[in-house]
Amino acid sequence: MDLAFSEQDLAFRDEVRAFIKEAFTEDLQREMGRSKNNYMNKDAHILWQKRLFEKGWAAPNWPTEHGGAGFTPTQKFIFSRELDTAGAPHTIPFGLVMVAPVIMAFGSDEQKKRFLPDILATNVWWCQGYSEPGSGSDLASLQMKAEDKGDHYLCNGSKIWTSMAQHADWIFCLVRTAKTEKPQQGISFLLIDMNAPGVRVEPIITLDASRNNQQEVNQVFFEDVKVPKENLVGEENKGWTYAKYLLEFERGNPYSSGLMRGLEQIKALAAEIMADGAPLSTDADFIRQATELETRIVVMEATELRIFSEVSAGQNIGPGSSSMLKTRGTELQQDISQLGVEVIGNYGFPFVEDTLASANQADIGMDGAPTIVPGYLNRRKATIYAGSNEIQHSIIAKAVLGL
Amino acid sequence: MDFSFTEEQTLLRNMVQGFVRDNYDFDTRTKIVNSDTGMSKEIWQQFAELGLLAAPFPEDMGGLDGGAIDIMVIMEEMGRGLVVEPYLPTIVLCGGILSRHGSPQQQSAHLPSMVSGEAIWALAYSEPQGRFNPTDITTSAKEQGGSYVLNGQKCVVMGAPWADKLIVSARVSGGQRDKDGVALFIVDKSASGVSTQDYPTVDGGRASEITLENVEVASDALIGTANTGLSLLEEALDYGIGALCAEAVGHMKMLNDATVEYCKTRKQFGVPIGSFQVLQHRMVDMFMDYEQSVSMTYMVNMKLDESADVRRKAASAAKVQIGKAGRFIGQESVQLHGGMGMTEELSVGHYFKRLTMIDTLFGNIDYHLKRFAQN
Repeated sequence: MDLAFSEQDLAFRDEVRAFIKEAFTEDLQREMGRSKNNYMNKDAHILWQKRLFEKGWAAPNWPTEHGGAGFTPTQKFIFSRELDTAGAPHTIPFGLVMVAPVIMAFGSDEQKKRFLPDILATNVWWCQGYSEPGSGSDLASLQMKAEDKGDHYLCNGSKIWTSMAQHADWIFCLVRTAKTEKPQQGISFLLIDMNAPGVRVEPIITLDASRNNQQEVNQVFFEDVKVPKENLVGEENKGWTYAKYLLEFERGNPYSSGLMRGLEQIKALAAEIMADGAPLSTDADFIRQATELETRIVVMEATELRIFSEVSAGQNIGPGSSSMLKTRGTELQQDISQLGVEVIGNYGFPFVEDTLASANQADIGMDGAPTIVPGYLNRRKATIYAGSNEIQHSIIAKAVLGL
Repeated sequence: MDFSFTEEQTLLRNMVQGFVRDNYDFDTRTKIVNSDTGMSKEIWQQFAELGLLAAPFPEDMGGLDGGAIDIMVIMEEMGRGLVVEPYLPTIVLCGGILSRHGSPQQQSAHLPSMVSGEAIWALAYSEPQGRFNPTDITTSAKEQGGSYVLNGQKCVVMGAPWADKLIVSARVSGGQRDKDGVALFIVDKSASGVSTQDYPTVDGGRASEITLENVEVASDALIGTANTGLSLLEEALDYGIGALCAEAVGHMKMLNDATVEYCKTRKQFGVPIGSFQVLQHRMVDMFMDYEQSVSMTYMVNMKLDESADVRRKAASAAKVQIGKAGRFIGQESVQLHGGMGMTEELSVGHYFKRLTMIDTLFGNIDYHLKRFAQN
């Protein structure tokens, strides 16, 4: 057992740091720092991802034959950590991290040629069409219909909680192509052009109240949308298998480094706030709460490193492990943001609708104050999305404990 | 010992509940919050006509002779409707100070227009460096001839954008956190030297940053004596806590009912999600937190008129309970509603936001744990 990184890994870490320092410019830092929901404006994300692409680092998870970064597992880990530590955004996952591996594994050569280069270079924006109003935790019950009409599918239905669909050129959808006894068996994986006639995006405004095209999620409606057969990935009615394959990529980045950055920001805030004539950061109660969170992050990191080293050794990360990381990681995200609400105190009240656009105006109270409470409200999603934490508990109970 | 309500109080509850249900549904509330002013003058006028603005004041001041329990009943029902109109700052905080400690002249000058709904008031007591401590005051009041001159900054003054009059805490003597030397003044918001920066708050209200620059007030603007303002202010804030607890209890009740109903009707895996034991137990915890919050809300409101020591401990204990229960019930209501709980479309998230900010208002859990220990 050994916790130290090799010299080559340390050299790689320095290279990543140097790149971030140059490419994650002050403009981008400011925009990211003022986001309530960890999304910047569309142009800022594209600019950032194109810089990563030019460096050859847009796709740490892809094999080199498709233009992937060719990172070792350790390098992937370091890369993700350095992004978090700097507060730099990860790439928008829907294209690079989610649909691309599915296309690589199950798509036709034609689809690979058609879609992968544009995903790699962020020439197109993808979104994910999984959940439906009646199908959340029970995803397999999804109802969006794709009828076989010879050369195309006729699609009707709607997808919900679609992140950043307002920016998207394409959506990958799970659709129902057959009524079967086991609902999982009648699902197909379809790529749909968001500009196709009959596709409509309606914003959903969430608790952080980001609106005017900055909303995080949407509902996407499909009304008699014709989708060419060539946009089916793999085989008809095998979509559930591909979706499960994709899920392995949806959860993978370590939490601890991002958590640590979040806590550091709150400590910095506490140093600026006075309580009874002294900075709040010197208050015994605050120190205890912050330290309690910090030790939980240390525990998280140790667990992540342990699981990560098993992955590097070629062992498969079990369903129990990823469910555990998701549960504990999101709980920590929420608890840290809750401490932020406690720290900001009265200056959590003022509401600013567009925090990105108001970057050059003085905030009431202190710089950055208007993101604290909305950030807390926004983080409540973390224990709901990507399989609620209740679902994660059930997965562990079944898959690990055999209950 | 008697936890029951009088017939009048029950009638009052039914009346406010009916009014809020019929005139303040979620859509109406959303329109009011999103309007330019952020409150409804018509609703406020109707509160006046229903006698709600007169409810807690003695009869000889034009009131209906009610007390803390009547305020509790009103605030709980307003909480169910997420009412944003400034009952708490105008009637409970400022009206309370005036009716308990104002001179007969001040009472006759100001209470009639408050009770009739003409004048809205706000309590400007918090300062940027003071955090939750109302003693931490740098705003100064210097006696000059027959008047006082006020200088300083007050922050996050609830309801101030709507207010005509302010009650301002200021220091006539002593150091920044001295208990002595604090006075309360009645200040016209339109007085020369008063400037405000108004903004919406995350929970649907409105507040202001207020700067006082050489604001001159006559000596009859002083409430009580020049040295006892802090005890008046602390007492007012404890009455405010009593009312705020009731408002929060109204929110909790609505959230618990909505969540149970949702879990009975929302189906996943072919069954209502309320059939899952893990969610049942969560809702039982929410129920128990609510019931204990009700108990503490009754308790604090029955103790507000007792000695300052008893009152302080009761208020802080109640505020801690409301803070913890409000957080748990708010968070879990969102969680059990899933993605829908995250949306602005459902009222659930708006109750959650208000409960989140109620923990901050008048001092959060940490602050009141310390205050409880110190008293």
